[in-house]
Amino acid sequence: MELNKMERKATLRLSDGTEFHGTSFGYEMPVAGEIVFNTAMTGYPESLTDPSYEGQIMVMTYPLVGNYGVPSVGTEANGISSYMESDRIHVSGMVVCDYSEEHSHWLSNESLGDWLKREKVPGITGIDTRELTKILREKGVMMGKILIDGMEEVPDAEYDGKNFVDVVSCKEIINYTPENPIGKKIVLIDCGVKDNIIRCLLKRGLEVIRVPWNYDFRGMAFDGLFLGNGPGNPDNCSMTAEHLRLFMEEEIRNGGNVRPIMGICMGNQMLGKAAGAKIDKLKYGHRSHNQPVRMVGGTKCFITTQNHGYAVNAKTLGPNWNEYFVNMNDGTNEGIKHIRYPWFSVQFHPEACAGPLDTEFLFDEFVKTL
Amino acid sequence: MIDKKISKVLLLGSGALKIGEAGEFDYSGSQALKALREEGIETILINPNIATVQTSEGVADQIYFLPVTPYFVERVIEKERPQGILLAFGGQTALNCGVELHKSGVLEKYGVKVLGTPVQAIIDTEDRELFVGKLDEIGVKTIKSHACENIEEARKAAEDLGYPVILRAAYALGGLGSGFCDNEEELNTLAEKAFSFSPQVLVEKSLKGWKEIEYEVVRGRYDNCITVCNMENFDPLGIHTGESIVIAPSQTLSNTDYHKLRSLSISIVRHIGIVGECNVQYAYDPMSEDYRVIEVNARLSRSSALASKATGYPLAFIAAKLGLGYGLFELNNSVTHTTPAFFEPALDYVVCKIPRWDLGKFRGVDRELGSSMKSVGEVMAIGRTFEEAIQKGLRMIGQGMHGFVGNKELELEDVDKALRSPTDKRIFAIEKAFAAGYDVERVHELTKIDKWFLEKLMKLHNIYQELGKYNITTITEDMMRKAKKYGFTDFQIARGMRMEHDTDLEEAMFNVRQVRKAMGILPFVKQIDTLAAEYPAMTNYLYLTYNGCAHDIKFERDGKSVIVLGSGAYRIGSSVEFDWCGVQALNTIRKEGYRSIMVNYNPETVSTDYDICDRLYFDELSKERVLDIIDLEAPHGVIVSTGGQIPNNLAMTLDEQNVPILGTQAKYIDNAEDRDKFSAMLDRIGVDQPEWSALTSMKDVRKFIKKVGFPVLVRPSYVLSGAAMNVCSNMDELEKFLTLAANVSQKHPVVISKFMQNTKEVEMDAVARDGEILAYAISEHIEYAGVHSGDATIQFPAQKLYVETVRRIKKISAEIARELHISGPFNIQYLARDNEIKVIECNLRASRSFPFVSKILKINLIDLATKVMLGIPVVKPEKSFFDFDYVGIKASQFSFNRLQKADPVLGVDMASTGEVGCLGDDTNTALMKAMLAVGNRIPQKGVLMSTGQTKEKAALLDAAKMLIEKGYQIYATKGTSRFFKENKVPNTLVYWPSEPEKTPQALDLMHSREIDMVVNIPKNLTVHELSNGYKIRRSAVDLNIPLITNARLAAAFIQCFCTITPDDLAIKSWSEYK
Repeated sequence: MELNKMERKATLRLSDGTEFHGTSFGYEMPVAGEIVFNTAMTGYPESLTDPSYEGQIMVMTYPLVGNYGVPSVGTEANGISSYMESDRIHVSGMVVCDYSEEHSHWLSNESLGDWLKREKVPGITGIDTRELTKILREKGVMMGKILIDGMEEVPDAEYDGKNFVDVVSCKEIINYTPENPIGKKIVLIDCGVKDNIIRCLLKRGLEVIRVPWNYDFRGMAFDGLFLGNGPGNPDNCSMTAEHLRLFMEEEIRNGGNVRPIMGICMGNQMLGKAAGAKIDKLKYGHRSHNQPVRMVGGTKCFITTQNHGYAVNAKTLGPNWNEYFVNMNDGTNEGIKHIRYPWFSVQFHPEACAGPLDTEFLFDEFVKTL
Repeated sequence: MIDKKISKVLLLGSGALKIGEAGEFDYSGSQALKALREEGIETILINPNIATVQTSEGVADQIYFLPVTPYFVERVIEKERPQGILLAFGGQTALNCGVELHKSGVLEKYGVKVLGTPVQAIIDTEDRELFVGKLDEIGVKTIKSHACENIEEARKAAEDLGYPVILRAAYALGGLGSGFCDNEEELNTLAEKAFSFSPQVLVEKSLKGWKEIEYEVVRGRYDNCITVCNMENFDPLGIHTGESIVIAPSQTLSNTDYHKLRSLSISIVRHIGIVGECNVQYAYDPMSEDYRVIEVNARLSRSSALASKATGYPLAFIAAKLGLGYGLFELNNSVTHTTPAFFEPALDYVVCKIPRWDLGKFRGVDRELGSSMKSVGEVMAIGRTFEEAIQKGLRMIGQGMHGFVGNKELELEDVDKALRSPTDKRIFAIEKAFAAGYDVERVHELTKIDKWFLEKLMKLHNIYQELGKYNITTITEDMMRKAKKYGFTDFQIARGMRMEHDTDLEEAMFNVRQVRKAMGILPFVKQIDTLAAEYPAMTNYLYLTYNGCAHDIKFERDGKSVIVLGSGAYRIGSSVEFDWCGVQALNTIRKEGYRSIMVNYNPETVSTDYDICDRLYFDELSKERVLDIIDLEAPHGVIVSTGGQIPNNLAMTLDEQNVPILGTQAKYIDNAEDRDKFSAMLDRIGVDQPEWSALTSMKDVRKFIKKVGFPVLVRPSYVLSGAAMNVCSNMDELEKFLTLAANVSQKHPVVISKFMQNTKEVEMDAVARDGEILAYAISEHIEYAGVHSGDATIQFPAQKLYVETVRRIKKISAEIARELHISGPFNIQYLARDNEIKVIECNLRASRSFPFVSKILKINLIDLATKVMLGIPVVKPEKSFFDFDYVGIKASQFSFNRLQKADPVLGVDMASTGEVGCLGDDTNTALMKAMLAVGNRIPQKGVLMSTGQTKEKAALLDAAKMLIEKGYQIYATKGTSRFFKENKVPNTLVYWPSEPEKTPQALDLMHSREIDMVVNIPKNLTVHELSNGYKIRRSAVDLNIPLITNARLAAAFIQCFCTITPDDLAIKSWSEYK
């Protein structure tokens, strides 16, 4: 029983000096990273393995975490993980209010704490995550550390300037074949793509060629281009945007049937950059399952999953581009669309995982244009 | 945008509070009316429930205290000619009424548009067969169900499906007539009952042990959908969701589970075509992703009220706006004001709803919980750990529990059975099992409750054990903090450390509090803001937690705030009337320039709507918590007299802690509450009371009885089981009651008083200032004393009292007010025979009848009382109730149809769950409206009469003659039949079920509906007499035949429907009674 176990004290220290005291429930090792909060109430296995969280310490605002344990960390025959979003935990650390050692679910294979320990990721519980969130909301995201009692401190980490995309992107080309192919082939640029994006593409019968973020794909034979999500400052992977810009130029120049593009999250920022727009860092980002977006020029609204700290500055979009979706809470850009060609991207996550499935139809829209 | 042609809208309320339909509809209706008024729409409300907030001045433009039935609603439509009607805010009552009005063409005839969800969509969700077909169209799985028109078909269906099966009556509220059957015999019994409520009964495969999950879905006309909240039942499928502990958000669902069901909900709601709010219930397999949709409620519900309170998202308000034609994106989040209503709340706390049962109040009731609802109220607890929330909740239900652990030993014969067959005590049986060494696995096997919940409870059990290793001097800060984080009170900690061995627990509790405060372990105030702190919110919706390190708000501590303590869970004897009182007090406090603060935890109320006050603490009304809040707020004062008995009981403790109590001072409250002190005072001022004595031995009991004679009213101070009060007519009964039900001892005296028969009961509701009465209302019970004042039919102004009686009552009340230095509301109950007046009891707080008399008088007594308590000068209202050109009747609503096996007889303990108040130009018209409003029907064929003692038989003779004149058949049991014959009243002799060999049998005639009204007056309340008539009374309830068990009420009602018909009733709104 947990009660008799020695609880190791731990501290969360923000770069402004604020400290929160709790106990360690993950791997006992100090860590530094950008502190971000996530208001989702479910989906910690998915979020922890989302490559977009690379370099960040995730604060869960929902207080009870770990309730349904962790499903087995296996992969399917095609190399995609069975239940997760990648093959490992990407967050640097996890901050919760009340970690639940007790877990119960038919798919549960181990406790969250055990998983964190296995993957050497620290976790701290007993934190007033609401107060912490308010600080992040007021002062903006900031760097911080999880410190373990009796262990040495770690040096400060860097976030904005670091190319996390390069850390998480695949290093070589990976091919995926669908079970029921429709005879279309797409190139997926991997800036840190979540497995469910690949699942969503395969499910629709698309053959997927996953290429590294900096790979010049323009010479390849394919029917459509897909830009996935990824971590960090989009300015660190300008190379992707540049390839994209050149690709679009060539497509326009070549005339005829322009090949479609769809982008998600970092993909939206890449497409935005390629369309000439500036990218802004948000004060504290959007990380949740309840972000409302509205399709511009209509009455359609959707609840979306989001996980991003940067956004396209819609005012700076090139003349041939329109805003596609807009965030109903703060008015920030949630997607862009070319006025003529089948090129669009969204800032939110239509592949969900975790989160609501309301916008998965966008994959179908993409397939229709292929 | 909205339809500008709609300028007048009719809203149907839900009528009297009953099991399955309670205060939640006052909340949703009030919200809807607010939404309409904001748009400048004229609002008409039909609701006979006079104690509600929605029927208060200024909430709707015109209010009709009339039954919510097609007949009366049509007459109101004919008169008022509204363009639109809202059906979704008055529970199943309003919904059913609306569907009937649609089917009969009334709505079309008068051109009334149903706003929000179209009627066809409602029908599609209510008719099981249509519903299943509808969901089949989109491939959504429902529970395989066979619609049956008769018992034979039901038997066949059950055989095909295989037992166990569940039976449901179509078109019935909250699972009325529903239940599980393990075999054919059980099916036969249940099916007959179900067919009496509905022409269609559904037989389904039982999915016992599956999880039960609910989603609250909102959809607007632009087809945008959100799910505002999901909830998970602690108890697995098989227990009605109204009977289950419910947690929000779900705790044991993974992301995949959560969103699978969420997406399904949205596709269902789109396909059905809901516009507004809707609830979808699922059964979910704990071992796969298999699911079944249980049902869809195309209206606001108890769950939606809970979801609104759990998330801060005002579902009813938004649903009303959507009904007018707004889109979700056109409306604002009422908490942030800056973000839209199109979003899904993110919670950063956990909410736990626990039902409140009052099964102990009902003789013979089946305590086992199942698929039909029995609870009379509920509480909602908020915490940042599950343990904190559930322990708070278990205290809030107000049945003497201190949380999951640290309670009085629960007496259980068979722990396994208590776990396997759930009753209202099951959660405590789990603790008992843990204490007996059961592990989580074993308890799970027996209960099928998800192991996650059980592990959490086990943790509480272990912490409690751990506390046993400490004492007040050795307890560590870590231990103390852990206990507090997991919801232990100072009291539980004291008990856990076994401090009761050395000191009084009350004192021990304060010791722990002191030590804890010295350690710096204090609760923090957090806001409910719908977005988990992502956006700044100026919300005043608060709770306290030990799982935090900072407050969300700042405390002014300027003495400009006033705290009103609410009434807690609805229960028998305390419900919506105290919510009304609380809300009125809050209104006055605000108007007078103070900040109003409410403390309450009942999600079914308007007083827990954060719009109603400046600050809402959705938290416990315990000593500890109220003191915590007072420590933080440093208010001008606290009002304890508008929330019923719970705050009233806190008066002394608060006073001892130097908390400023507004109004009548604590020591005077104590003087009225303490029987000895009160009696002494009455003696001193020469006021008479029924003879009574507090006795500590059987010898003294006998001596006292010798003096006063039978019958006597017995009130034990320590109740072992069963009802708390009883009337005993002979020594045998008294001895049995005292040995079985109560433990008479030095420590637990029993109060015995002379039980007065054939005596009128009169109530005085009044407001005084510094001992001087400012305003008062004297009302009169139709029944003689012996029926609890909460069950009695009351007329105001009193119609049949001697002028002398009234004068004496006024005089005595004035003396009592002066003696007790009353400042604020109070109530005195009197017995009156001839002109002899006796005082029964006196409460220095608002009583149940305050809203009723306030609305009839058209003087808001709570507003007046609040001004007095705030020390604001008031003028004595000039109004004499002798001048009234109208009469108000308050009638009681019973929910015996929900309480299987309970004996529907009235006595000294209260049994009604709600009430109505109707107005009329005379007693007859008011009484007819009121009786119809509580579900009685005017009989068409025959009346069964068994009329008790000679006196009662005589009292009903005139009524019987009237029935004959009107062409009714009278069926009478032996004694009554003979008496009627002797008095030349033709009647048919029928036999009791105890003489099964003789015909005609009363029960047969009831089954064949030859008898469509039953008057059954027990001779006395002895066990023998009660069991004789039990079958008749119970069958009347089960067969849905109106039943009256009191001679005076029966005579009045018969006289009423023999003299006038509903067509004679004037359709007048409240404001037209001048």
